[in-house]
Amino acid sequence: MKKIGNQTIIFNTPPYILETSSIVGPKEAEGPLAKYFDQCLEDEFWGEKTWEKAESKIVKENVNAVISKSGVPATQIDYCFAGDLLNQCISSSFGLRDINIPFFGIFGACSTFVEGMTLGSIFVDSGAAQKVLCATSSHFCSAEKQFRFPLELGNQRPPSAQWTVTGSGAAILSNENLGKECPRITCITPGKIVDMGVKDANNMGAAMAPAALDTLITHFRDTGRKPSFYDAIITGDLGHIGKEILIEMAESKGYNIKNNYNDCGVLIFDKEKQDTHSGGSRLWLCSFSIFWIFI
Amino acid sequence: MDKIETKQEYLDYVDKKSPNSPILKNCFNAFLVGGLICSIGQIIFDFCKYKGLEDTACSTIVSIVLIGLAALLTGLNIFNKIGKFAGAGSLVPITGFANSIVSPAIEYKSEGYVMGVGGKMFTVAGPVLVYGISTSIIVGIIATFFV
Amino acid sequence: MEFLQSIDWMQLLRCFVVGGIICIIGQILIDKTKLTSARILVIFVTAGVILGALGIYQYIIDFAGCGATVPLLGFGANLAKGAITEVQSTGLLGAFIGGVKASAGGIAAAVFFGYIASLIAKPKIKKQ
Repeated sequence: MKKIGNQTIIFNTPPYILETSSIVGPKEAEGPLAKYFDQCLEDEFWGEKTWEKAESKIVKENVNAVISKSGVPATQIDYCFAGDLLNQCISSSFGLRDINIPFFGIFGACSTFVEGMTLGSIFVDSGAAQKVLCATSSHFCSAEKQFRFPLELGNQRPPSAQWTVTGSGAAILSNENLGKECPRITCITPGKIVDMGVKDANNMGAAMAPAALDTLITHFRDTGRKPSFYDAIITGDLGHIGKEILIEMAESKGYNIKNNYNDCGVLIFDKEKQDTHSGGSRLWLCSFSIFWIFI
Repeated sequence: MDKIETKQEYLDYVDKKSPNSPILKNCFNAFLVGGLICSIGQIIFDFCKYKGLEDTACSTIVSIVLIGLAALLTGLNIFNKIGKFAGAGSLVPITGFANSIVSPAIEYKSEGYVMGVGGKMFTVAGPVLVYGISTSIIVGIIATFFV
Repeated sequence: MEFLQSIDWMQLLRCFVVGGIICIIGQILIDKTKLTSARILVIFVTAGVILGALGIYQYIIDFAGCGATVPLLGFGANLAKGAITEVQSTGLLGAFIGGVKASAGGIAAAVFFGYIASLIAKPKIKKQ
């Protein structure tokens, strides 16, 4: 493992993404990606009394699912990196309290999952761990409650507003592939905070796009690769507006990402049919195709 | 597109890229629903008046009835649908004030009846009372000089 | 129904139009300034208190009835009116009593109905 360029780490033996699992809420299940999720819920409470309890149940069930899918017993997993949007990462801590794996709570808002994968793969490649579990979750209702307004408030969402995804994603990183065909994480480029001064809480895509652009360009510079090197370049939750901004701004800097770039926030909901305005939010979905992973 | 160097240039660019709210349609809906809510109030007012009550009592009854209706619709999860359609049409009348008290009360029930319902009830409407009452006190103090 | 015959339809029309126009002002504020609904409510109440204190709002109330009193501007104007009336009868103390006294019914109703609703209703996800 060594650092190249300004902020990219390249792995000696790229860690395998041994198994992934996802659970999503009912609205996501109506979206175009429904068939790729492991489990779709029929109601947001999932038999629990509060949004927060429902969210931590989603984490718990999803982590159990990924462990049983992978065939690796929980006792062989060395560490676990998990986080969510709520204060003190309560969904993750309560969701994982029965699992008995040393736990790192992380908070990266939309980037929590990638942050977990990044740290996890460094652990695996350095030999500090052989298997690492990464998980994250978000819940539309608990997020709205904590960050915006009560659900019953009769306000209008402007067209640039995004819709927080309900669901959880989990993955197991491993130093061996156990005979399976697995994607590998070859290198990582953690991004910087780039604040261009967008203050509109209903236009998060525009607020985040400059940071995404900065990270992408740094990655291309550090690795000496071109956008066409990749089959797919995927961002988490820029939404429709952020996606357009990113493409145009990348073009103005001389990078053409039109053909292989997409955004999970755009993919997960059908804009016309589902009335989510500017697309979904939350990065966990990227587990399946983070742009640094080259298969 | 032009090169973007400063924050201001980026903000202007974002402004251009972001779709505008359909303001004409929103205003029409707001007018319709807002007018309707006020008219319901007027009919209640007229009815109280018809029953022989005096003006201030009628006004108070109008407020209480509209607030009660808004609370009921909020509890039935209907008010947010009206609000989505009407925007300011249901926000600006007293119904919006009621909704802003009732909706956190329901939402924060999960945090208990004292600190949840009782405490968080005013997360949205609290500022309205703080600024409304404070300004009225200043007005009253100024008024003493003119009495 | 005798009551229906007693309704002043012109008054009702004025009420509808004025109430609607006040809401349009609110809508333009929402769409053009991206203010949150809590701020809109604060602006309307404060503006109502000031308009009420200056005596301007009374003309609108006389013209439109509930079209002026039902919007939050009217709630604000009522606070101001209450404060001023109370000052006239009890002096400086009235500044602190009058406003809340005049709008006590509305505030108490909102708190009470809010509490009742929270006992009965359950949070539910938005579908849009």
